[in-house]
Amino acid sequence: MTPNLVLCIVAGSLIAAGVYLILERSLSRILVGVLLASNGVNLLFLVAGGPAGAPPIIGLATAEEMSDPLPQAMVLTAIVITLAVAAYVMTMAYRKFQIDGNDEVVDDVEDARIRMLAERDSESESFEDVTFSDTGEDVVSE
Amino acid sequence: MNNILPVPVLLCIAAAAVALILGRRPRAQRVVSISALSALVVVAGVLVFLTDRYGTQVLWVGAWTPPLGIVLVADRLAALMLLMSAIAALGVLLFSLGMDVHEARREAPVSIFHPTFLLLAAGVSNAFLAGDLFNLYVGFEIFLFASYVLMTLGGTGPRLEAGATYVVVSLVSSTLFLIALATVYAATGTVNLAQLSLRLADLPADVQLPIQLLLLVVFGIKAAVFPMHAWLPDSYPTAPAPVTAVFAGLLTKVGVYAIIRTQTLLFPTRPLTDLLLVFALVTMIVGILGAIAQVGIKRMLSFTLVSHIGYMLFGVALATPAGLSGAVFYAAHHITVQATLFLVTGLIARRGGSSSLDRLGGLARLSPALGVMFFIPAMNLSGIPPLSGFIGKLGLLTAGIEVGTPLAWVLVAGSLVTSLLTLYAMAKVWGRAFWGPPQIHTPAEPDDEGEGGSAMPPAMIVGTTLLLAVGIAMTIAAGPLYDFCGRAAASLLDGSYVTIVLPGGVR
Repeated sequence: MTPNLVLCIVAGSLIAAGVYLILERSLSRILVGVLLASNGVNLLFLVAGGPAGAPPIIGLATAEEMSDPLPQAMVLTAIVITLAVAAYVMTMAYRKFQIDGNDEVVDDVEDARIRMLAERDSESESFEDVTFSDTGEDVVSE
Repeated sequence: MNNILPVPVLLCIAAAAVALILGRRPRAQRVVSISALSALVVVAGVLVFLTDRYGTQVLWVGAWTPPLGIVLVADRLAALMLLMSAIAALGVLLFSLGMDVHEARREAPVSIFHPTFLLLAAGVSNAFLAGDLFNLYVGFEIFLFASYVLMTLGGTGPRLEAGATYVVVSLVSSTLFLIALATVYAATGTVNLAQLSLRLADLPADVQLPIQLLLLVVFGIKAAVFPMHAWLPDSYPTAPAPVTAVFAGLLTKVGVYAIIRTQTLLFPTRPLTDLLLVFALVTMIVGILGAIAQVGIKRMLSFTLVSHIGYMLFGVALATPAGLSGAVFYAAHHITVQATLFLVTGLIARRGGSSSLDRLGGLARLSPALGVMFFIPAMNLSGIPPLSGFIGKLGLLTAGIEVGTPLAWVLVAGSLVTSLLTLYAMAKVWGRAFWGPPQIHTPAEPDDEGEGGSAMPPAMIVGTTLLLAVGIAMTIAAGPLYDFCGRAAASLLDGSYVTIVLPGGVR
C-alpha cells in the first residue's frame, strides 16, 4: 500500500495546530484544539484505509475495486465521540464562565500550598521546633 | 454458554436507561441500580467459574465470519478483573445511598448519578471483555464520559477546576489512542487482538516499537504511570467520596489491565522490559514521596494509588509467569483496598467534618468502629502480614528475586522501601486523625466534606463493610485465589488466547 502523502501532511498540520491550541489556558481554545487534532486523526484513518475505491456494497463492484469500509466505520465512531466531547467541554467552559468569569484551566491550589510549606521550612531557622502541625496556620485560603 | 459474554455490558446499559427514566423516583432508581450491579456481580462470578473450568470464552457478536466483526473474549484475567470491579462498584453504590439522603440539597442532580454510575460500570465491563482494540477504545470512551460527568457532579467551582484537568488529559490520551489505532490498522490491516498477535510479529522491529510505545503511553496515562501521573492527585480528591472511590478502584486498573493484555498478547518478546522496570520503580518512589508530603487524606491516598500502580507495572515488566500472577493478584487486591480506603475517608469527613489531618483528632475515641474500618485496609495497603497486600507484595518480590538481574534487585529494594513509606504515611494518618484529643471541625459554611460531627448513615457503613469483608475474604482465600492468578498468568503467556479466538488459524 502506498500512503497518500497529501493526506499525511494535512493530518500532521491539523494535529500540530491542535496540540498548540491544547497547550492554551482557555477551555474554549482547548476545545478547538481537540477538534482540530481529532479531525487530523480521522484523516490518518483514511490514510490507513488505502486509496479510495468503489462503494463497498456487494453487487456494485468487485472486492478489489472496493474501498476498505472498516476505517470509515471507525472514523464515524470517532466523529460521534468528538461531537459528545465538544458538547461536554462547551458546557463545562460555560459553567466555569458563570462561576469565575473566565474559562481558564487553573493551577492546582494544593500543589502551590505544599511548595510554599517546603520553602517556609527551609527558610525558617527554627523549623526543628515546629511540631504537631505540617502547616502551622493556613496561608492559602480554601 | 458463551452467550453470557455481552450480558455485563447490556445489563448495565439497559439499567442505566431505566434509571434515567426513573429520574424523578429516587427509590425506584436505587432499586434498579442496586439490582443491576448485584446481577453484574453474579454474572461476573459465573464468568470466573466458566473461564476457570472450561477455559477462555469467546463470542463473535452478530455471527459474522471470523475474523470479521466484533469479538468478545473473557479469559481468567478479564473475568477476575470484572468480578472485582463489579464488587467494588456495588460497595460504592451502597455507600452512595447514604450520601444521597444528606447531600440531596447540595448535590442537586442526584437523579443523574445512578444512570451515569451504571454507564461507568458498562464501559469498564466492555473494556475488560473487548477482543479487539477498537472495542477497547469504545469501552474506554464510555467509562471516560461517565467519569467526566461524575467528576464534575454538581458543577461547583473546585470540581470544575479539577474536572478541567482531568477532561483535557483524558482527551489527549483518547486522541493518542486513535493515532495508535490508525497506525496499527495501517501496519497490519486489522484491530482484532488475536489477529494482531499473529501479524505484528511479522512486522519489522522499527514498526513494532512505535506501536508498542504509543499503546504504552495511552494506557500509561489511564493507569497514572510516572511521568503521566500528575493529573490524578490533582483531580481525584475534589470529587465526592464515592466517585473518588470508584475511580480509584476501577479506572486505573482498566489501564493496568490494558497494559497487561497488550504487552503479553501483542509483544510476547518484550523488548521494553528494562524501560518498564525503570518506570515502575520511579512510579513507586515518586508516588509515595508525594503521599508523605500531603495533609489531606484524600490527596495522600491518591498519591499512594499512583505509587502502588508501580507494583503492578513491576510484575508486568518482569514478564515471567510468577511476576504476572503477582501483578494480577495485586491488581485484584488493590481494587478493593483502595476503594475501601477512599470510602472510609468519606466516613472520616462525615464524622470529623474534614479530611485534612490538621483538623482531625481523636477519632479512635469518637468512633472506634471507624478506627477498625480504617486500620484494616490501611495495614492491608502497607503490606502487613497476613493481609492480602502482604501476599501480593511477597509474590512480586519472589518473582523479582527469581529473575535476579541487577535491575530486578533494585526493583525489589524499591518495593520494600515503598512499602515501608506507605506504612509511614498510613501511620501518620492514624496518629494525627485517630489519636490525640477529639476534635470535630465545623466549617463556617457546609462544603463538600459533610457537616462535621454528623452520624454515619447505615448505608455508608454497609457499603464500606462489604468492601472490607471482601478484602478480608481475599486474605482468607488467598491460596486458591493466588492459584487462580497463576493459571490466569499461565494462559496469558502460553498463546492460548490466539488459538482459542481463532481456531482456524486465520491470519
